Amino acid sequence: MRWGDVLHNGWDAIRSHKLRSALTSLGILIGIAAVVLTVGLGQGAQKQVADRLSALGGNLLIVSPGSSTTSGVRGGFGSASTLTTADASALASRTAAPDVAGVAPVLPGGDQSLVNGSTNWTTTVVGTSPSWLSVRGRHLSSGRFITAADDKAAAAVAMRASETAQELFGPLDPVGQSVTINSVPYEVVGVLTSAGSDSTTNLDDQAIVPLSTAAQRIVGGTSRTSVQTIYVKASAPSRLGAAYQETNAILQYRHGVASAASADFSITTQQSVISTTSSVNSTLTNLLIGVAALSLIVGGIGVMNIMLVSVKERTREIGLRKALGGTPAVIRRQFLCEASMLGLTGGLLGVATGVGGAIALPHFVNNPVTLSVPWILIAIVVAIAIGIGFGVYPAARAARLSPIDALRSE
Amino acid sequence: MAGEVAAVANEPVIELTDVHKVYEMGTLRVEALRGVSLRIEPGEYVAIMGPSGSGKSTLMHILGCLDVPSEGRYLLAGEDVSFMDEVELAEIRNQRIGFVFQQFNLLPSLTALRNVELPLSYAAVDRATRHRRAREALARVGLADRLDHRPGELSGGQQQRVAVARAVATDPALILADEPTGNLDSAATVEVLGLFDELHRAGRTVVLITHEAEVAARAARTIRLRDGAVVEDAVVAA
Repeated sequence: MRWGDVLHNGWDAIRSHKLRSALTSLGILIGIAAVVLTVGLGQGAQKQVADRLSALGGNLLIVSPGSSTTSGVRGGFGSASTLTTADASALASRTAAPDVAGVAPVLPGGDQSLVNGSTNWTTTVVGTSPSWLSVRGRHLSSGRFITAADDKAAAAVAMRASETAQELFGPLDPVGQSVTINSVPYEVVGVLTSAGSDSTTNLDDQAIVPLSTAAQRIVGGTSRTSVQTIYVKASAPSRLGAAYQETNAILQYRHGVASAASADFSITTQQSVISTTSSVNSTLTNLLIGVAALSLIVGGIGVMNIMLVSVKERTREIGLRKALGGTPAVIRRQFLCEASMLGLTGGLLGVATGVGGAIALPHFVNNPVTLSVPWILIAIVVAIAIGIGFGVYPAARAARLSPIDALRSE
Repeated sequence: MAGEVAAVANEPVIELTDVHKVYEMGTLRVEALRGVSLRIEPGEYVAIMGPSGSGKSTLMHILGCLDVPSEGRYLLAGEDVSFMDEVELAEIRNQRIGFVFQQFNLLPSLTALRNVELPLSYAAVDRATRHRRAREALARVGLADRLDHRPGELSGGQQQRVAVARAVATDPALILADEPTGNLDSAATVEVLGLFDELHRAGRTVVLITHEAEVAARAARTIRLRDGAVVEDAVVAA
């Protein structure tokens, strides 16, 4: 029998039992739609995280004080940070660290109440250097960023991020206005554009002040040159490794440490943050795919069930087909073909449902969905494979029937 | 239809030599056929008769290559089919035998045309040839205007005519009819038997299994079975 005829026969059989075929396909449909959607959600989440992190400075090294090891004596360095502004200056050296494009020491000033006339707003105050803007990949929406002159003079200059500006000044242009922090007046020199949030901080609700201002007027204390974090920007993403080596070498030298194990600082990259987040995401995605796979197996059992019923019900037909010259192989092929068509129908409808869901879902929940063509193709192949896999046994039973017994059955 | 018969003229269509068929059901051993020998020449119209339990159905199964004998030899149009396996038997059935069943056995979801095409599709005949031959076969049984009707839309007599068309579409050496009028009223019986007469006149070899004397009376030769053996083989003057 020709393949075209086998397909035609299979399609006839499916069409002549519309409701039953539809219900069978439904099992596969749900499974495939679930796979397409969960993979889409997982990939969407990973892409979102990667996009966000790279927007915040893709070639960034983050130098933190204290030991990265938690063992023994190096456990707690207390409040005194081991990183200083001098460290930051050393890292900024073009000769010692040629692969470093920018260095931004950061001293968090904690949450402070900013007052503008009768309005006040509590926000995170961050002390840093003028290079912060390029190192963190931020942009200005108005005014200017803090300058070296502001810093040297320990001037009372504040920068606002967009959300903070909105809260304090409303629709007015904040540039040139003044705010008070701890009763000290500051002049607003510029506003940053929106950058979204990372996992811990709202990057749009910040007030940026010069590092010296933060050290002298906001944080205070005895060690006025220490900083909390030093952001180091590599000259290119491909130079991140080299920048890491240079940063590490300079700091080890300056801090008099001989080996990485005894270092009183740690360097992390955005990449490591991305991979941590990605691995969390992919664990979740794998879990969901597992659930979807289970539903596909259930769908496959549905196909098998229907095919067994179908073989039973069509015993006479099978007998006739054999009497008219259908060999066991041809009969088996016909039933496998029917099963795989049920799988394919369910798969295609499932992909359609999944894609529809992926388009509709972002309107209801705050999750992006990324559709991937390879996964959709895989889903369709899997649907057909399930049809065939679970159709093998019923098809073998049909092929085994004796034509005499089959013709006699009622 | 004359001149289309495939069987080689000199060879008998059916040649059974001392055929035995034994069914073993657990410890029970039933001998359904006890040494049947039979020769049917091309163009013969033979009725096989016998009461139930006479081995009639078993003989039909063996003649139709649906089963093989336990002992003895069966030559179908000169070819020994006694020891063929399932796949070879399926091919022989497809090419050499046209079946007409009591229950019509048409596929309800297919049109008359596609029902007639079915054995041709198992022979991997291409679509255009299949259509043409099926249409011709249906025209011969007088159903040229019912090609697209499904079995449910046809009367019993018409359904059996579709089945006859299906049996002749492959141009087989042997047309084997098992109680073809058993489910028909008297008018449709006459109609269908007329069709067999016509096939016979056209030179076809027709073997008809029945228990009705009036049906058997149409045939030129009547073979009676009892207890698994031939008890009478009478040629009625044509």
